[in-house]
Amino acid sequence: MSLFLIVALPFLGALLPGLMVQAGRRTCTLMTFLVTATALIGLLTHLPAVLQGEVISAQISWLPSLGLNVNLFLDGLGMFFACLILGIGLLVIVYAGAYLSRDDNMGEFFSYLLLFQGAMVGIVLCDNILMLLVFWELTSLSSFLLIGFWKHLPEGRQGARMALAVTGMGGLAMIGGMLLLGQIAGSYDLSTILQNRELIQASPLYLPALLLILLGCFTKSAQFPFHFWLPHAMAAPTPVSAYLHSATMVKAGIFLMARLWPVLSGTPEWFWIVTSAGLITMVLGAVIALFKNDLKALLAFSTVSHLGLITMLLGIGTPYAAMAAVFHIFNHATFKAALFMSAGIIDHGAHTRDIPKLGGLRTLMPVTFVISAIASLSMAGIPLFNGFLSKEMMLEQAVHTTLWGNPWVMPVLATFGALFSAAYAFRYISHVFLGPERHDYPAHPHDPGFGMWGPPAFLTVLVIVVGVAPFLAEPFVRLVTSAVLGGTAPLPDAHLKIWHGLTPALYMSGIAVVGGLILLAGQRPLARVWDATPRPEAKVIFDGLIARCVSAARRLTETLHDGSLTRYAAILTVTAVIVGAYAWFSGGTSVPTHELIPLSPMPVAGWLLLVSAAGFLVYCHRNRLLALVLMGVIGLVVSIGFNYLSAPDLALTQLSVEVVTIILMLLALNFLPDYTPVESSWPRRIRDGVIALAAGISTSLLVYGMLIRDFPFSSISEFHLANSYKGGGGTNVVNVILVDFRGFDTFGEIIVLGIAALIIYAITEALLNGPVRRTLAKREAEFPLAGDAHPLLMVVITRVMLPVVLMVGIYILLRGHNEPGGGFIAGLIVAIAVVVQYMASGFAWADERQRYPYHTIIGSGVLVAGLTGIGAWFAGQPFLTSAFGYFRIPPMAKFELATAMGFDLGVFLAVVGAVMLSLESFSRLARPARAKVSDHAMDIDPSRSEAATGKIDDPTLGSNGGKEA
Amino acid sequence: MEFLVASSIGVLTVAGVYLVLRLRTFPVILGTSLLSYAVNVFLFATGRLVVNRPPILSDDALSYTDPLPQALVLTAIVISFGMTAVVVMIALGAYLSSNDDHVDDLPEGLTTSDKGEGGA
Repeated sequence: MSLFLIVALPFLGALLPGLMVQAGRRTCTLMTFLVTATALIGLLTHLPAVLQGEVISAQISWLPSLGLNVNLFLDGLGMFFACLILGIGLLVIVYAGAYLSRDDNMGEFFSYLLLFQGAMVGIVLCDNILMLLVFWELTSLSSFLLIGFWKHLPEGRQGARMALAVTGMGGLAMIGGMLLLGQIAGSYDLSTILQNRELIQASPLYLPALLLILLGCFTKSAQFPFHFWLPHAMAAPTPVSAYLHSATMVKAGIFLMARLWPVLSGTPEWFWIVTSAGLITMVLGAVIALFKNDLKALLAFSTVSHLGLITMLLGIGTPYAAMAAVFHIFNHATFKAALFMSAGIIDHGAHTRDIPKLGGLRTLMPVTFVISAIASLSMAGIPLFNGFLSKEMMLEQAVHTTLWGNPWVMPVLATFGALFSAAYAFRYISHVFLGPERHDYPAHPHDPGFGMWGPPAFLTVLVIVVGVAPFLAEPFVRLVTSAVLGGTAPLPDAHLKIWHGLTPALYMSGIAVVGGLILLAGQRPLARVWDATPRPEAKVIFDGLIARCVSAARRLTETLHDGSLTRYAAILTVTAVIVGAYAWFSGGTSVPTHELIPLSPMPVAGWLLLVSAAGFLVYCHRNRLLALVLMGVIGLVVSIGFNYLSAPDLALTQLSVEVVTIILMLLALNFLPDYTPVESSWPRRIRDGVIALAAGISTSLLVYGMLIRDFPFSSISEFHLANSYKGGGGTNVVNVILVDFRGFDTFGEIIVLGIAALIIYAITEALLNGPVRRTLAKREAEFPLAGDAHPLLMVVITRVMLPVVLMVGIYILLRGHNEPGGGFIAGLIVAIAVVVQYMASGFAWADERQRYPYHTIIGSGVLVAGLTGIGAWFAGQPFLTSAFGYFRIPPMAKFELATAMGFDLGVFLAVVGAVMLSLESFSRLARPARAKVSDHAMDIDPSRSEAATGKIDDPTLGSNGGKEA
Repeated sequence: MEFLVASSIGVLTVAGVYLVLRLRTFPVILGTSLLSYAVNVFLFATGRLVVNRPPILSDDALSYTDPLPQALVLTAIVISFGMTAVVVMIALGAYLSSNDDHVDDLPEGLTTSDKGEGGA
C-alpha cells in the first residue's frame, strides 16, 4: 500500500465514526477498527522489504523552492513506531468500544482518536521536517481534544489545557530548532539532514538548534522539568491514557531524539543535557509514583520515570544504549498499556481508583489480577518478563557510564530508580489485589467482558513471549537499532538474552528487587512522612505562571486596544507615519527622471474645487447632510480627474459608484441623527489635526516622489498592451485585463461583492426580527413630511427614462470589450436606473414589479461567470481562458463575439444584484414604520404637509426630500 | 500636474484621517470613504500620470497609459462600495439597537471579559 495512503487512512477514516455512530456503538467501533486495521495491513505489506534493510520512500514535490515536499519514508525505526501506533491503536479501539459508557459520544471520541493516530503515523513516516512539525502540532491538538473529552470535568479541561500549553510551547521551540537544522543542512529533508552529521555538529548554530529541538522533545515526552503535565492529563478517559500516555504520544519526543540521533548525539552537550534530564526524570518519577494513591497517577509518574530511562539511554550515546532504548520502548509500551487498561477495568468494576479503598481484588477479579500481575512484574524487572531484559541492559550500560565526573553517580542513581520502580510495581499488585477482601468497595468489583480484558491480555502474552524467548524479538530490535544508528556506528555485538552470567547488572537488579520489597513493607509510614513534607506543587507554579502571562498580555492589549476605535486608528496612523519617515530618511532616492505634465487651467480649477470641498467637509462635517453633498463633490472631481488622466473606465465607474454610495448614505442618514454633536475637546481636536496633517503630508511626499520618477524596471503592462487584442480579442485593455488576464481576480471580486450584499441582507433580517423592529415602528419624523411622497414629475421622468437607461446599460456592457464600459459600469448604471424607480414611485410599487429576487441575480451572475470560465475546460484550456471570433449576420456589419462577454455578463448581473440587494435592505428597515401602504405611486396626501405628526411613509429618497422641504 | 495629484491625495488623506478620528460613526464612515478615494487615486497614480493616452487600442494612437493600475482600481472602487455599505449597515444596526452612535466603548463598558477562563 502506498505510504501516502497509510498516512491518509486514519485522517479519512476520522470522518467515519462520526457518521456511523447512528448505526450503533458496535458498528461504530468496528468501522474504526477496520480503518486502523487496513492501515496496519498496508504497513505490514512493506515489512518483508524493511526487514531486508530497504528504505521505502514516496515523494510529491509541492513547493520545491521553499523546501516543502511531501516526502515520506519508511525504514526500520519508522516501521517500528508505526506498528506500535497502529497495533496498540487496534487494541485501544477494542477496549474503548467496551469502556465508553452510553452517555459518551462514541463517534466524536473515535474521530479524535483516528485524527491523533493519523498525526502520529505522519510524524514517524514523514521525511520532511517541516511536514513533521505540522503533524507534531496536530498530535498536540488532537490530544487536547482527547484529554478534554469529558468536557463536564473541570480536571479534564484543565489537564487538556495544561498539556496543550506545555507541548504547544515545546512545539513552538521545535519549529525554531527545525528551521535552524534545515538552514545548517541546506535541506529540510530528513534523509539529507541525516547524512550531514559533521556539518551540523561543526556549525555554530548546532547548540541553539539542539536546545530548541530538545525543548520540543522534552515537553512532549514529559521530561523533567516539564514532566508535570502528564499526571494532569490522566483526567482523560482511560483508553486515551493507555494510548497516548503510555505507548504513543509521549514517545513522539523519544522518537524524534532517536530519529535525529545520528546527527545530534555524540557531543558533550547532547550527553550532558539528555542524560541528565533522563536520569533526573527517571528517579524523580519513580519516587513520586510510589506515594501516589490514584492508580492512574501512579502509572502516570511511572510512565514519566520510564520515559526518563529511555531518554537517558539515548543521551548516553553508545550503540548498546541505543539498542537498550529501542528494546525498552517496545517493552514499556506493552506492559504500560496493559497496566493502564487494567486500571481502567478496576475503575470500571470498583468505581474507584483510590488505592486505600482497594485491596483484596484477587478473588473478585481473577482475570484482571493475572493481567495486572504479569504487567507489574515486568515493570518491576522480574526475570522471564520483558521488562527485566531491557532494564538489565540499562543497568549494564549505567555501570559503564561516567556522569557529572563521577563513575558512581550513574550506577547508584539507576539502581535507586530501579528500586523505587520495583517498589511501586509491587505496590500495584499488593495494595490492590492482595490482602483481605473488603466489604466497603464503592461498587461490587467484577471482571469485565472480553472487550475490556482481551486487549491487555494480548499485551501480557507479548510480555511473556518476549520475556521468555527474547531471541524472537532480537532481529527486529537489531534492525530498528541500526536505523537509529543510521550508519554512524556499528551495531553492538550484544544479544538479547535472559542470562548474561553474574554481571554487576544482575546484582543491581537483585538489589532493586529486594530493596523494592523492603520499601513496599515500609510504604505506608513513608507515605505519611512524604505527605507531611512540603513540596513545590507543579500545578500551582504552572497556574501562577500562566496567570502572570495572561495579565501581562492583557495589560499590553488594554494599553494598545482598549476598545476605543479612534485610539487604534491613531496608533496605526502614527506608527505608519513614523515607519515611513524612518524609511524616507534612512534610504536613498534616485534622481527624478519623469517628464512632468505642464499645468493648465482646468486641472487647477478641479484641484481648487477638491481642496475646498475637502476643507469645507472637515469644517462642517457635523452637518451630516451637507457633508454628504461635499462628499459627492469630491467624488465627482475624482472621476473627472480620472477622465482627464486617460482613464475613461475609471471615470465611469467612479461616477456611478458615487451615485449609489450617496443614495446609500442618504438611506442610512434617514435613521441616524442629522447632526454630530461637539464632543471632543480642543486639545484633542488639535492632536487629531496634527496626526492627520502628518499622515497627509507624508502621503503627498511619497506620491510626489513616486510621480516624478519613472519605473525602476519595466512593468508587465507592456505585455498586456501587446496581447490585449491578439490574445484577448479586445481593444479596451482595462476590460480585457479584468475579464481575461486577471479574470480569476475579478471572479473573486464579484463573489466578495455578493457576500457583502448578503451580509447586509442578513444584518437587516436580524435587526427586523429583533427588538429593533419595535423601535423602528415607533419612530416619529423629526420634520414635516412633504405632502407628495411621490412627486408626479419625478415619477413620470424616471419611468420614461427607464427603458432608455436600460438600453444604455446594455450598450455599455456590450461595447465594454473594445470601448470604455463593461460589466461593472453597466451593472452600476442599470442598478441606478432601478433604484430611481424605488425613489420616485415608492418601495411598495417597485417591489411589486420586481420579479426576480436580488439574491438570485447575484447567484446567477457568479454562476454565469463561473460557467463561462469552466467552458474553457471543454476546449482543453485552463479555467477562464477566453476565445473569440468575428461573425457577420447580414444585414449587420461584422461583429465580434467573445466568451469574455459571458464572463462580463456574469459580472454585470452580480453587480446589479449586489447593489440592489444592499440598497433594498436599507429601505426595508423602514417598512415596520409604514403605517399604511399606499398602492398608488402618484398619491398625494394633503394631511401630511400640515403637521409633523405623520409617520414616516417611505424609506427612500422621497421622504428625505421631504425633510429638506 | 503631478503636484496637483500628489497634494490632492494628501488633502484627501488629511480630511480622511481627521474624520476617522472622530467619535461618532457617521464621520468615521465619511473618513474611510475619503481614505478610499485617496488610496484609489494613489494606486491609479502608480501607473504615472498621462494625458490623452487612454488604454484603448487603435491604429493612430502614439502610446498608451499603463492599463494595469486602472484595472486594479476599477474593481477596488466597486469593492469599496461594498465595504462602505457593510460598514454603514453595521453602524446603523448598532445605532438602532443601542440608540447610540459612538464608535468607542463607553468608559463603563470597558470590562475585560473573563468568560474564556472558566475553571482555571
